Amino acid sequence: MDYISPEDMAKYPFLAETGAYLKDKGLTLEELGNPDWKPAITKAYDRIVAGISGEIYKSNLEEPDIEILSFVIAVILLKKVGIPTLNRRFSLAEARRVERYLEKDLKWDSQDSIKEHLRRKNESHSISLKILHDQFNLDVTTNEDSFKVKATDYLKRAAHFHEREWKLVNRRVEGGMVHLSSDETVRLIRKELSEFINSRIQAVNITFVPEAFEKPVIELGSLAKKFSEPATFSGEYPPCVKHAIEVLDKGENLPHSGRFLLATYLLAKGQSVDQIAPLFKNAPDYNERITKYQLEHISGESGKGTKYQCPSCDKLKSENLCFATAECDGIINPVQFGKRRKS
Amino acid sequence: MNEKNAALVESALKEYYFGHFDLIHVPPKPTQREFGYQKINGGMTRHLSIKDNKELHLLLMKEIPSDVYCSNAYYSFPSVPMSEKDWQGADLIFDIDAKDLALPCRKDHTISKCSSCQQIKNEGQPQCIKCGSTKFEVSSVACKNCIDKSKEEVKMLIEILTNDLGIKNEEITVHFSGNEGFHLRVVNSDYETLDSQERADLADYVMLNGMMPETFGIRRQANSKPLLPNMDEKGWRGRVAKTLFGSKAKIPKVTREITFGGYSTFQLKLEEMRQTIGVKVDPKVTMDIHRIFRLEGSVNSKSGLTKIQCNDLDAFDPFVDACLLGDEKVELTVNCPVSIKLKNKKFGPYDNEKVALPKYAAVYMICKGIGNAI
Repeated sequence: MDYISPEDMAKYPFLAETGAYLKDKGLTLEELGNPDWKPAITKAYDRIVAGISGEIYKSNLEEPDIEILSFVIAVILLKKVGIPTLNRRFSLAEARRVERYLEKDLKWDSQDSIKEHLRRKNESHSISLKILHDQFNLDVTTNEDSFKVKATDYLKRAAHFHEREWKLVNRRVEGGMVHLSSDETVRLIRKELSEFINSRIQAVNITFVPEAFEKPVIELGSLAKKFSEPATFSGEYPPCVKHAIEVLDKGENLPHSGRFLLATYLLAKGQSVDQIAPLFKNAPDYNERITKYQLEHISGESGKGTKYQCPSCDKLKSENLCFATAECDGIINPVQFGKRRKS
Repeated sequence: MNEKNAALVESALKEYYFGHFDLIHVPPKPTQREFGYQKINGGMTRHLSIKDNKELHLLLMKEIPSDVYCSNAYYSFPSVPMSEKDWQGADLIFDIDAKDLALPCRKDHTISKCSSCQQIKNEGQPQCIKCGSTKFEVSSVACKNCIDKSKEEVKMLIEILTNDLGIKNEEITVHFSGNEGFHLRVVNSDYETLDSQERADLADYVMLNGMMPETFGIRRQANSKPLLPNMDEKGWRGRVAKTLFGSKAKIPKVTREITFGGYSTFQLKLEEMRQTIGVKVDPKVTMDIHRIFRLEGSVNSKSGLTKIQCNDLDAFDPFVDACLLGDEKVELTVNCPVSIKLKNKKFGPYDNEKVALPKYAAVYMICKGIGNAI
């Protein structure tokens, strides 16, 4: 697939082809300062505001040039504002917008008639499959509304999702391939897509911006303040940590993974090695010197200074150390337990 | 282990290592792996780099380790501290151990011994009848049933790995662990780069851990219609269907029961299936991407048996094929309330008595904590 239409570029403006397209049209950053392009700047600003507010911006594919430009300007504006939270929120919202188009295109591209058409043109990849393959190294086999990815490609992505439906055991797996619907296939790359868009913002190198960009930059800067609210901690231990403490209190053996959870959790909550060490005194194989050595290692005080993080809820589930209660709802790591955003 | 026991075990190991170089090889990509070993009564020495069989054999003869390990992981610099090793990938490994199978035979061949006075504890006894201590050391001895059931798990695991996960038979090697179970190693470039969390999900897959009723269209809301699997389907869906229905004739009846039973009843059914048809692997082993795993061909100090490859799993008898220590007679005191079969010979029961046993059986008794060299 060599040719990408302006409409496709409007859907997927992060593609490298977009830069070449704008260059061919003679559009430079200086040129964008021209009042003729004000609608594109306004659209870019609106696109950012929608994105950082968690909405999915609706593209108008009937005006592909303005669409493409609004993305490019949005990226420049965000780079100029320079607030990572805004970049992350915008990138995620854009990823979700792109997902919708990718899903639609994937469905369309999987039709036998389209595949036959591509075969005649000696093209193996259509737009959606090309993006998945080239940008995200994900090969998708399609067959009339049925999509398959390699089990390893699936695990590398879905094993990091927190919803249980994404566990491999809840999927149809056959001959090393996982069967998915079109939206599930596209969902697999949401994080990578968002990181890719974020990396495009980071990679922008600008020494100059037109005057017309200054007002939106200031406005976006003040808007950013809304997204840095402090969190509070209720002071309660999560059930997995409570369980680990109870096991030790009873003088029973807590497996290594349970001790690691307890240590990393309490370290994350600001306790020191000396405060944590006595908790292990009741362990049947307690050795003061080894306990201290291991805690210092986990805390990064000794060894190479790596501070180990508290294991995720998913990992604890696999290790049979999770005793989730209703209060655990929505958390993905025990350190988040009891944290509530101020509304 | 006391000095006399240690001397006897060490002499048996030395003989074994010297006479069985043909069984002990470095695994593929040796220069990228971390090696480690333990000596009797000693701590772990790890972060070693060994380049070939010759170097490995030299180490075995020099150190006479009780246990030898090698990483499943490949590193750029295997002998430097963990944080600097530069992890490149790891073989996919599985550990199936009879102790995790909740078999009813376990109580018949598990021996509890008082930690203070070595008195054998009888079933249901909360404390030692001789000294009153409540601390016991537990060890399990040879049992054919445990091995047979573990083999069934191995076969089920291989079926899942090959049919569901697309791993070729020739990419899988099965080893007897040297004690009460089996180790499987998968060498497949697609799977070697999976991280710990991804391997944990894979372990959950083979264990049938975390399967949700929603996967079969059964939701908490009562009005949902089940989308039950078909018995001809591949993967877990087909296995679940076969377990649920038993035969095609029962499909309508079972379907009605499931629809009527609702969400929580089906959830219980899935939990039962996890216990009956899920493969009992140790997930901690599979998800550990920095583990040093017992080396093939080395002796397991928990039994004196060898970790050895099983080319014909059905015919494999660990108590013959992995019992490779010498048969010179040695004297020892054995306190073993059950009989043990090694190399097709029956030993015991012994009531704290002095006996002359072949070295392989003597080492087995010592390693299991039920024998003492004189």
